[in-house]
Amino acid sequence: MSVRLKVNPIACEAHGMCAEVLPEMITLDDWGYPLIDERPLPSELTAMAKRAAEACPTFALLLVRDREKS
Amino acid sequence: MTVSLASVGPSTYWYLTRSTGAVSLLLLTLSVALGVAGVRRWSSPRWPRFVLDSLHRNVSLLAVAFLLAHILTAVLDSFAPISLTDAIIPFGGSYRPFWLGLGAIAFDLLLAVTITSMVRRWLGYESWRAVHWLAYACWPVALLHGLGTGSDVKSTWLLALNIVCLGVVALAVGVRAVAGWPDRARIRSAALGATAVFVLFLVLWLPGGPLGAGWAHRSGTPTPLLVGSAKK
Amino acid sequence: MSLQADPASLPRLLSGMPVDGAMGLEEHWAIHGETPFAKRRERRGTGALIDLVERAGLLGRGGGAFPAATKMHAVAGARGRPIVLANVAEGEPASDKDRVLMEGLPHLVLDGGVLAARALGADELILCIDESGEAALESATRAIYERERAGGDALKVSVQIVPAGYVSGQESALVNLCNGGQALPAFASPMPFECGVRRRPTLINNAETLAHLALIARYGPEWFRALGTQAHPGSTMLTLSGAITHPGVYEIEQGAPLASLIEAAGGMTGQIRAMLLGGYAGTWLEGGSISTLELSNDRLAAHEASLGAGVVVLLSREACPVAETARVASWLAAQSSGQCGPCVHGLQAIAGAIAQLAAGTASAGTGQRIERWTSMVTGRGACAHPDGVLSFLTSAVNVFAEEFADHARHGPCDACSRAKELPLPALAEMATAA
Repeated sequence: MSVRLKVNPIACEAHGMCAEVLPEMITLDDWGYPLIDERPLPSELTAMAKRAAEACPTFALLLVRDREKS
Repeated sequence: MTVSLASVGPSTYWYLTRSTGAVSLLLLTLSVALGVAGVRRWSSPRWPRFVLDSLHRNVSLLAVAFLLAHILTAVLDSFAPISLTDAIIPFGGSYRPFWLGLGAIAFDLLLAVTITSMVRRWLGYESWRAVHWLAYACWPVALLHGLGTGSDVKSTWLLALNIVCLGVVALAVGVRAVAGWPDRARIRSAALGATAVFVLFLVLWLPGGPLGAGWAHRSGTPTPLLVGSAKK
Repeated sequence: MSLQADPASLPRLLSGMPVDGAMGLEEHWAIHGETPFAKRRERRGTGALIDLVERAGLLGRGGGAFPAATKMHAVAGARGRPIVLANVAEGEPASDKDRVLMEGLPHLVLDGGVLAARALGADELILCIDESGEAALESATRAIYERERAGGDALKVSVQIVPAGYVSGQESALVNLCNGGQALPAFASPMPFECGVRRRPTLINNAETLAHLALIARYGPEWFRALGTQAHPGSTMLTLSGAITHPGVYEIEQGAPLASLIEAAGGMTGQIRAMLLGGYAGTWLEGGSISTLELSNDRLAAHEASLGAGVVVLLSREACPVAETARVASWLAAQSSGQCGPCVHGLQAIAGAIAQLAAGTASAGTGQRIERWTSMVTGRGACAHPDGVLSFLTSAVNVFAEEFADHARHGPCDACSRAKELPLPALAEMATAA
């Protein structure tokens, strides 16, 4: 079971804090909006990813768990 | 409740109340400045956004902590008849009821802002933001409370502190209003106008008010406390 | 029923289509018979209708081509009493079929909606109609009234007016609107089939899809499959416009050659530079392939194109494809719901760059910038709007590479200012003319 980052593009207001906290997985595009690496989150980055989601003022950054396909 | 430490006179609590009050004002001022910096998306290589945001939250919590100490010491101090309920319910006390009441109002507003911030994930962004605006109401009320109740407003250091804090907040509000609401000039002018009016009011009121003679009596200090004691 | 007598014949939906006004209930029943599955006994095998739809292989006609039966199963399997939305809010400017159906054959659409509602145990059907479709609104209201007078469908049927806008007819936008909010797309969860209007499982089907459903319920899946291809059975409606003698809405067999449609529509009015398939989220194809093109998504897949909401626009050699593209690009950018940064900024930047290319004022590297922005923005909106627009613009820039290069070097051509062939809503025209 893997965890991935996802952004709610409607809630996102380009504060950019996520990219500061987790530059390994998030960079900003030409207009300040996040470009997310959508591959599964490496386990050593989980804690920072949670902090990045915490830091987002509009709760736009989400950590989603992949559901096992039965 | 009167707890008086035999070896330490009530004046210790009184000093503590005044000092924690001053520090609270300072921290609230810093919090407003940091909040505006956040909304304006200010940052530098050494001060990234998430650090400033974190600082804003921590400074605010620290302000609440100092404010709790400020209230507790005021209540514990047996010099002035201030009860715990006076800290939350305004205008009911017997010591400078109006000016103390302002403190209760400011505290209530700060509680609303703080509690909603702590549960913002469950509250939702819109509701949290709506309540957060109250911070702009909380600060001036807190300042007026300090000017009205503070017994050493006339001292140079405290006056200087108040002026500096006022300057910082006025500047922060100015920056916020000038840059915010690009489509609504009316809101911007209203915010700037209100700030200017507030500053003007202080300039006109202070000399004849807290800085003037007999303020302790005029602000509602109970008579028994006035007798015999020199201006504190 | 004449339709059943010759299953492989056309028209089907458009049988008896009145020249003017709407077909009344009596005439509708005379041609197609009364609405089936009216008795509880018939309905109780509620698998019955969904099963028919599944065997018929009906795919959605709103552009997504999603299997209709799969959607119905999803709604049927969700918790709560379902509700059905008929999507007549045609946001695509080059598409007219839903409006035409609603105006002329309202009972076909209503039948489909009622049948779907019965099959799912829904107690409500809402017709979502574009605010600019006055005739369609009138026809719908009148048809609902007619049915009530005839005894009703044991269902609450109402009309929801949808504000004009390219993305207003998007599924989550419709759900928001019916919930009292604005017609703006929402971010993924929850999905409408589970939690939609009033938090109930919501089935949203295009008006034409429901019309087909109404006939499948009467004539069966074998009849439906007598036309069309294996993967895309049945007939489909499309809007043919541009350099054609008789532009309008036509019903064709899935997979029919474009050449025979053009013939049926009176022939082309001149040489064709290129064809737009699928509307403004679709693809451009070179004029040369007119004679070989077959109109169904499986046949068009080889050209990386699809019919979308049934749109075919023929661009003449006289028109300036660069000016047309620039004009539509800027309209599409303005049609963003404005909720997602990459869409708002990206489409604006790209539309601006295309306008510069058209005017000959583009700086070096504009082409690369467009490419970079395109890959930067794709997939980053809450809805499919930016992706559709970018696919359309990329295809335009590729197919019209020569004309774009020419404009970039020499500026506007003679044809740039001439009457515009690609359709846009009337207000947009006034704005660009100013």
